[in-house]
Amino acid sequence: MKELALPLSEEEKRSLHAGDCVLLSGTVFTARDCAHKRIFELLDADMPLPFSLKDTFIYYAGPCPAPAGRAVGSCGPTTSARMNAFAPRLIDLGLGGIIGKGEMSEEVAAALVRKGAVYFAAVGGAGALYANAVKKSELVAFADLLSEAVYRFEIEKFPAVVAMDCHGGSVYSRTTYQGIRSGRCPSE
Amino acid sequence: MKIVETAKIAEAVCRLALKAGVSLTADCKNALVAAEKDETGAAKFALSAALENERIAAKERMPVCQDTGMACVLIELGQEVSLSGMPLSDAVNEGVRRAYAAGNFRKSICDPLTRVNTGDNTPAHLHVEIVAGDGVKITFLPKGFGSENMSRLSMLTPAEGRQGIVDTIVEAVRLAGSRPCPPVVVGVGIGGSFDSCTYLAKKALTRPIFSHHEREDVASIEREALEKINALGIGPQGFGGKTTALAVLCEVAPTHIAGLPVAVNMQCHCVRCAEEVL
Repeated sequence: MKELALPLSEEEKRSLHAGDCVLLSGTVFTARDCAHKRIFELLDADMPLPFSLKDTFIYYAGPCPAPAGRAVGSCGPTTSARMNAFAPRLIDLGLGGIIGKGEMSEEVAAALVRKGAVYFAAVGGAGALYANAVKKSELVAFADLLSEAVYRFEIEKFPAVVAMDCHGGSVYSRTTYQGIRSGRCPSE
Repeated sequence: MKIVETAKIAEAVCRLALKAGVSLTADCKNALVAAEKDETGAAKFALSAALENERIAAKERMPVCQDTGMACVLIELGQEVSLSGMPLSDAVNEGVRRAYAAGNFRKSICDPLTRVNTGDNTPAHLHVEIVAGDGVKITFLPKGFGSENMSRLSMLTPAEGRQGIVDTIVEAVRLAGSRPCPPVVVGVGIGGSFDSCTYLAKKALTRPIFSHHEREDVASIEREALEKINALGIGPQGFGGKTTALAVLCEVAPTHIAGLPVAVNMQCHCVRCAEEVL
């Protein structure tokens, strides 16, 4: 399985194709519904953001509280489609990519192609497994949003699948679900 | 008259919530093991991760999924029982409050307009049915909203009949696509009224995955819908594959001569449900 260190170079992003199974390491920032709304309010008001978007990966996640001795509690991905309205603008502002789960819109697919970004799907419902892949967690912004706040995660060998690539490929293509078979996965 | 202290119900709700949050039902685990053998590529990768996750969650007592859900509490209350102590709904909420704090569960309940979090995952969604006898059966179903959001209600016409019911179920799963964390379990309510139909669908989700409805005409709808859903090719996590649903579970109730309500309540592949009789 391909191991990748975030942030990804342009060349690395271009080498990824929908269906590839990967292990991700590096820094990601969590944000989901409410945090995106706040980020957009800051952008609209021309105010500084709590983190730089340039080459950054946003993880659509809202973790459980951390038990004693752990960086974080269960922290699998949330449904990405709810962020369809937000993702294209952030990608156009330089976001390196997204980690979430489930299909995203045509507008997101077009933005990924336009900017050479990538969308990884983590496995939904695997919260405990992903907690083990998060080595450090730090609150970055919007503490009042509790689990919906923005956290900086240091992740290590975080399993994911290339869901939508920068060539227009999608693992979710409705008419060609068989398209996935071209992906490179451990069992093949 | 049997007297039951509602404080005991609070304790039971807390116990059930803590158990359900960190474990899959045995049926669900068995279904995922079987599905994993059947799949290849990214779909197999996703199911292997789900099974590995189940092992980690059980061993380390961590929530299976970070969406520890809206607390759905279904109580069958025997009519020979007299409840004593704090009001029943307070007792249920107290059990939820304690469990979600003690288990490091996510608090996911907020005001629908201000989106301000209630901070303790209350209020629970409590549904009480008065039944014969002197038992108190409590079922705890933590319901994640990735799948809940993909649920729908269709008010069919009687003319649409059985075929309309099957088509509605399959179409709901097709429209949901990858979003509800397939392979899903599909809870279906058939009949009743606008509101009771949706409750039937939720109640269906408390049935064991491998069970069949006792009425053969209803069981045949479960079988046909499941077969058609698994021919859609959506597969685990929407990565493509043979397993889009683990089960279709239908519950029925008499309805009006003018109507045929069909409710589809979607459940992700993390089936977490626990019950206890006091």
